[in-house]
Amino acid sequence: MLGLIGKKIGMTQIFDPDGKVIPVTVIQAGPCRVVYKRSKAKEGYDALQLGYEEIEEKRSNRPKIGHFKKNGTPIYRHLREFRPSLGQKIEDIEVGTELKVDIFQPNEKVSISSHSKGRGFTGVMKRHGFAGFMSSHGVHESFRGPGSIGQCAQPSRVFKGLKMAGHHGNQKVTVRHLKIVKVDPEQNLIMVKGAVPGHRNSLVTIHKES
Amino acid sequence: MDILQAIGRDQIRTDLPDFRPGDTVKVYYKIKEGGKERIQVFQGIVIQKRGSGISKTFTVRKVSNGVGVERTFPMHSPNIDKLEIVRYGQVRRAKLFYLRHAKGKAARIKERRRFTT
Repeated sequence: MLGLIGKKIGMTQIFDPDGKVIPVTVIQAGPCRVVYKRSKAKEGYDALQLGYEEIEEKRSNRPKIGHFKKNGTPIYRHLREFRPSLGQKIEDIEVGTELKVDIFQPNEKVSISSHSKGRGFTGVMKRHGFAGFMSSHGVHESFRGPGSIGQCAQPSRVFKGLKMAGHHGNQKVTVRHLKIVKVDPEQNLIMVKGAVPGHRNSLVTIHKES
Repeated sequence: MDILQAIGRDQIRTDLPDFRPGDTVKVYYKIKEGGKERIQVFQGIVIQKRGSGISKTFTVRKVSNGVGVERTFPMHSPNIDKLEIVRYGQVRRAKLFYLRHAKGKAARIKERRRFTT
């Protein structure tokens, strides 16, 4: 009962009982199945491996089919591992258990991970939030640049890890403490207050925080 | 997209009258203060409607003591107790932002003729 795999559907808004507008992200999550259990004895750490989105056998490949067959579960498109955080126990969850959105309750806090939208090669203003320069007052040819990237003869090199232009986005991002607003077990939907990384239909993992 | 539309469907209000930009409306808006609920009336000209579905909003503008006041309401907010149309206006555009700096004659809106049965 550590979390679920799902798909981001998109954002909308709903009114709470006070009539206030709450921005929500809708996620279609589960049903997932415990496909395998990693153990401290065998792999060195404890984790649940969950499968999401059942597929036909011919859509998978043979190593994967073997893995699913060994544990006697249906074949899934996506596999993700969930490691228990402090206080969470996985001993009593058996392989083959089906997990659905009803493991979450409204007002519960969760963390959600996904790959953020890819932004390609971007400059320092977008990528690192640099301020850039003025568009007038004598500034020329350098409106969105980074400015100086170091000193002179000492150290006569650019330090490693300096914030510069480059590829931005399309990396794993986790947003923590998102509040669950509503759970719809019929349609396997979870509504979470606020934004979630990734584009529509991107795969997200929802982790329970307690 | 269909799932997203279905989520707000039960909160969409169909009881409000159909109004357009240019109309003068009275919005009876519920306000909660310290556990008490009262109704505040905001009367003015609708200068824009925007958004779609549950996110639709409209903006009402009035001039109060010589100061322009604009208020944006969510169209489907449960806090709108009721909405009355005071006057139907005939305008040629969807967004009436020109009213913000129009004075005197220029700020008038012609009454819309309506067929009544």
